[in-house]
Amino acid sequence: MMELLKNIGQGFYNAWFPERRYLAYLSGLRMTLLISLFAVIIGIAIGIILAVIRVTARNSRNLVIRILNRFAIIYITVIRGTPMIVQIMIIYNLIFTAPNTNPIVVGAVCCGINSGAYVSEIIRAGIESIPIGQMEAGRSLGLTYSMTMRTIILPQAVKNILPALGNEFIVLVKETSVISVIAVNDLMKMAGYVGSRTWDVIPPYVIAAAIYLIMTLGLSSLMSYFEKKMGRGDRK
Amino acid sequence: MIVTRNLQKEFDGHKVLCGIDQHIEKGEKVVVIGPSGSGKSTFLRCLNMLEVPTGGEIIFEGVTLTDPKTDIDKIRQRMGMVFQQFNLFPMKTVRQNITHAPVLLKKMTQKQADERADELLERIGLPDKADAYPGMLSGGQQQRIAIARALAMDPDVMLFDEPTSALDPEMVGEVLEIMRELAEDGMTMIVVTHEMGFAREVGSRILFIDEGVVAEENTPYEFFNNPKNQRLQDFLSKVL
Ligand SMILES: Nc1ncnc2c1ncn2[C@@H]1O[C@H](COP(=O)(O)OP(=O)(O)O)[C@@H](O)[C@H]1O
Ligand SMILES: [Mg+2]
Repeated sequence: MMELLKNIGQGFYNAWFPERRYLAYLSGLRMTLLISLFAVIIGIAIGIILAVIRVTARNSRNLVIRILNRFAIIYITVIRGTPMIVQIMIIYNLIFTAPNTNPIVVGAVCCGINSGAYVSEIIRAGIESIPIGQMEAGRSLGLTYSMTMRTIILPQAVKNILPALGNEFIVLVKETSVISVIAVNDLMKMAGYVGSRTWDVIPPYVIAAAIYLIMTLGLSSLMSYFEKKMGRGDRK
Repeated sequence: MIVTRNLQKEFDGHKVLCGIDQHIEKGEKVVVIGPSGSGKSTFLRCLNMLEVPTGGEIIFEGVTLTDPKTDIDKIRQRMGMVFQQFNLFPMKTVRQNITHAPVLLKKMTQKQADERADELLERIGLPDKADAYPGMLSGGQQQRIAIARALAMDPDVMLFDEPTSALDPEMVGEVLEIMRELAEDGMTMIVVTHEMGFAREVGSRILFIDEGVVAEENTPYEFFNNPKNQRLQDFLSKVL
């Protein structure tokens, strides 16, 4: 029994200290964080654009909008209906065929394109959850569609959107681990690298899991902090 | 003031309004009654183009609303609307609900709009609720505020779609009272309602809409004492 515990301890020691291996995790963590950050930005940008198209198409006869809406639906359906790892292999080989492309860009673009589809549905659902009467009340007073959207609908929708968006980002941080399949040295990849050096893969992956867990727990407590802060404004 | 010519509305092939011809003069109080699903709301909502008619014309103060080139947002500033479900803005205070549109549309400065809001709140008997949120108020109070919000734009006509149908019975009176005062002040009003007492006392003309047409219209006295249409007779015998 003692022997077993000692072996496990030794395994973790080997996975962390010799050859300053902790630096490998740190550089992997840095990469994961950077990719997540930029992927979130790309995801939000794509998500907002798609959501605007989807929502305006709801009551528009404009041909351009309706064509864009078709494309948006296809994009969202394909991205949400296929595994991210497959998307990454396709996007990576399609776009980033040139040598020495920046791995952060590769990862962020792949994850951002994926996240955008989910973000757009979160935003759209948030807007559509606001009763139609709010839009009608605004319009009946003579406000334009965009004035009503901006000053009446969106401020209410944001309350539904932000928590769901927070969840999406937690998912995204975890999902970035999939990009280790392409040449990106994120946390997951670095754990694998350490494992290949020590010939003992479990401890480095457990360490990676712990780091992911700390990140997601940190993010979710940050979220509930903001939710509480926002909720206090409108006690009814 | 409002003219409809052969006004029609279909929803995916289902005809809801089958040609309505109406002349509504300034100062009239037109009350619209009829069975549920007969097209009363649709008629009212066509008048300010919340529903876009599929046929016919609507002319308001000389402007053809059904012309796609008409700036409908400008027109709606002169047509107030009150909904069955109040539709107040929940994240805004009562005062902000009233001042939001006039300020955003640059009809008034915030200061002028605030003063106007206080006046209106005084008039509807809720001067102490200016800083409350709609969610804290009763249905009757919310509906009175919805009326004040529409009045803040100084409309030429007010459209009411069953303004008391979502209220508990004890709150119906306070809302009808505000509407009655508004009528006495000379406002042009078009009111869809099931309140026959209100129709009789306040209406200058009553329309019976049935299956998408105006099946009978008359002065309140004739309408209630001498209905000619068979379906109107049946309808009145049920609701009176
Ligand atoms: N947005 C809509 N889409 C489809 N059908 C509708 C819509 N609005 C109303 N209708 C239909 O039109 C008919 C008349 O509705 P409405 O004008 O609301 O009646 P009322 O107000 O007299 O009860 C009903 O059969 C209703 O189902
Ligand atoms: Mg109705």
